[in-house]
Amino acid sequence: MSAAAWGESVLFLLLVIGLAWPLGLYMARVYRGESKWADRVLGPLERLIYKLSGVQPQAQMDWRQYAGAVLVFNFLGLLVVYGLQRVQAALPLNPAGLGNVPPEVAWNTAVSFASNTNWQAYGGETTLSHLTQMLALTTQNFVSAATGMAVLVALIRGLSGRLTTELGNFWVDLTRSTLHILLPLSVVLALLLVSQGVVQTLAGAVTVPLLEPTTGADGKSVIAQIIALGPAASQVAIKQLGTNGGGFFNANSAHPLENPTALANLLEVVSIILIPAALCITFGKMVGAQKQGVALLVAMLLIFVPLLVLTIHSENQANPALTALGVDGTMGNWEGKELRFGPTSSAIWAVTTTAASNGSVNAMHDSFMPLGGLGPMWLMQLGEIIFGGVGSGLYGMLVYALIAVFVAGLMVGRTPEYLGKKIEAFEMKMASLVILLPSAAVLIGTAIACSIPAGTQPLGNPGTHGFSEILYAFSSGANNNGSAFGGLTVNGLFYTVAIGICMLIGRYWVIVPVLALAGSLAKKQIVPAGAGTLPTHTPLFIALIAGTIVLVGALTFIPALALGPIVEHLALR
Amino acid sequence: MKQTVFTALRILVVLTLLTGLLYPLAVTGLAQLAFPAQANGSVLHEGDKPVGSTLIGQPFGGDKYLWSRPSATAPFAYNAAASTGSNLGPTNPALVDAVKARVATLRKADPDNHAPVPTDLVTTSGSGLDPHISAAAAAFQVARVARARGVPASAVEAAIAGCSQAPMLGMIGPAHVDVLCVNLALDHRTVHL
Repeated sequence: MSAAAWGESVLFLLLVIGLAWPLGLYMARVYRGESKWADRVLGPLERLIYKLSGVQPQAQMDWRQYAGAVLVFNFLGLLVVYGLQRVQAALPLNPAGLGNVPPEVAWNTAVSFASNTNWQAYGGETTLSHLTQMLALTTQNFVSAATGMAVLVALIRGLSGRLTTELGNFWVDLTRSTLHILLPLSVVLALLLVSQGVVQTLAGAVTVPLLEPTTGADGKSVIAQIIALGPAASQVAIKQLGTNGGGFFNANSAHPLENPTALANLLEVVSIILIPAALCITFGKMVGAQKQGVALLVAMLLIFVPLLVLTIHSENQANPALTALGVDGTMGNWEGKELRFGPTSSAIWAVTTTAASNGSVNAMHDSFMPLGGLGPMWLMQLGEIIFGGVGSGLYGMLVYALIAVFVAGLMVGRTPEYLGKKIEAFEMKMASLVILLPSAAVLIGTAIACSIPAGTQPLGNPGTHGFSEILYAFSSGANNNGSAFGGLTVNGLFYTVAIGICMLIGRYWVIVPVLALAGSLAKKQIVPAGAGTLPTHTPLFIALIAGTIVLVGALTFIPALALGPIVEHLALR
Repeated sequence: MKQTVFTALRILVVLTLLTGLLYPLAVTGLAQLAFPAQANGSVLHEGDKPVGSTLIGQPFGGDKYLWSRPSATAPFAYNAAASTGSNLGPTNPALVDAVKARVATLRKADPDNHAPVPTDLVTTSGSGLDPHISAAAAAFQVARVARARGVPASAVEAAIAGCSQAPMLGMIGPAHVDVLCVNLALDHRTVHL
């Protein structure tokens, strides 16, 4: 890795950690209702929202009520996204005159945005009207992110509460996440991005002449360029901050009007993991022990950094198949990459967007070198917990913390505890569900797709790389990432339905066990730490949790990875 | 349960109005006030006529112009209404064939140039709209463009220098050249945002 690549990586991580610290502390104050700043500026609006919605902010929910509210709210959101796409042709703010979205694509997109996945079966500028992008997609970008944060806060309350059934109020957590955290950050980021050249207009397109006319594949002469425009910056800002990732344009963050400069790229890539990193600090603050949050953050970095180095290294290698044709062998892998970013910034983004369950791309992952694609794929398969989605990443990580103390407990023959809560059979059952269900969805989905024509016909690449496309698609869907090996055509019936089901499993079959876990933990007494308690903030525990994650991820997925990127890597050398 | 559904519906409507309507409209208003050129696509004008965008590349094939990178958009290169990459994997024979043809085209246009072909000049970008090429890819084309225009190489190099961008902070993103900017300068066109 070059000095510049090291420098860029270090600057990136310093920015993330430096900004995450104050933001994390602020978020802890918001969720406890103690932020004076938030209350003074947006408090009146918050109370107005409660009044208009008929919410009693003081009312407490137990885990079943909380889960019920999450599911009902998300289901209604899904219906709205589906409905708007199906009738967009008859609605205003459709300057390009786009037609209604076909049912299977509309269903897939609705699930995709409600579940914070933002898998793109749709084509952005060629499929969705401005109104659909705003009312359906931008709204879900906010509230699906806020849902993840709310569920996390409920779990933290379960860990820190004693002998109670109360986990807080979903409507309040949802509103506060949106109003006091996501919205102000998005406004600031959106305006910074516009200053760099991200478009923000209600106009449809601008036509400019070509300096030198060209001829299309269809033999027609082309003398002008129609440049698609739209309210992109507002959506791009929240798509990064909310670990959503669905692009305004088809090329997502590789599109110059979504990501116009190296500075815009840096701002966006930091935004992708800012909130997931900051929530570790929030967690530490809310359980009254900062070091607990820091320990989880360090465990995440322990897995993140080696995969970052691997991917940067891989993308800075020339493709030997091209070097053989007389192409420069010193510049790295450029297929699918933009000059503004180059191999290093593209690799940093790829690792970040797949570690966090963001899924936006600034380069085409399908064209990465085999090992360059392996890092991002494996990060998704680990369950989107290395930073992960806003909220969802940390609640997944906390589940792994429980498994790590359980494993340690088995080794020394003591009842495992985490933060003074005894971890018993029910907790372990829920934790197992959280890990097993998405993994099963990835592997079973891939197996089915490989064995039927509807799964293999849409492939964009032959051979082992084609297998990688399928594996990547299901890894992305079932872990709510949303990025793709884009050569696979996914707007057909099989993939829209199959990936849609995987997205639902990966989101809600995790949220419900996590809330059940929160409910069970809340009811327990907090046992004071004794001589036999395993401390959960030491280097030993950090290594234990990172080791547990790597072991589970490796045992589950290395056989599949061996058939895809690893074989391809060996074939290319 | 009925109560939950009713509350969910009401809060969804309220939050949709706030985040799906008010937020994008407010950002649009602020953006149009503070950064009107950028918010509308960074369109370059000659007088009051639009001539292109600083952020969106254009295809070039004539010897007297600096060439952009290949583009995977359909049905023509640099179709800014339908962005896309090729998504060809590194071992895909279709990628190798495409690059082979592009190398041949470059060699044919400039037979005396035996330097290794800069990678970005024979590979497609992620968006298909990349407005830039690498400094190496620009240098690679200087002799051809100068010959076709009958100007000294230094004139072409000067145009390139005026449209070049160094890595941010000396380390982020490779040095790159804005192709449309160079070609407009070579044609002596005076443009502004």
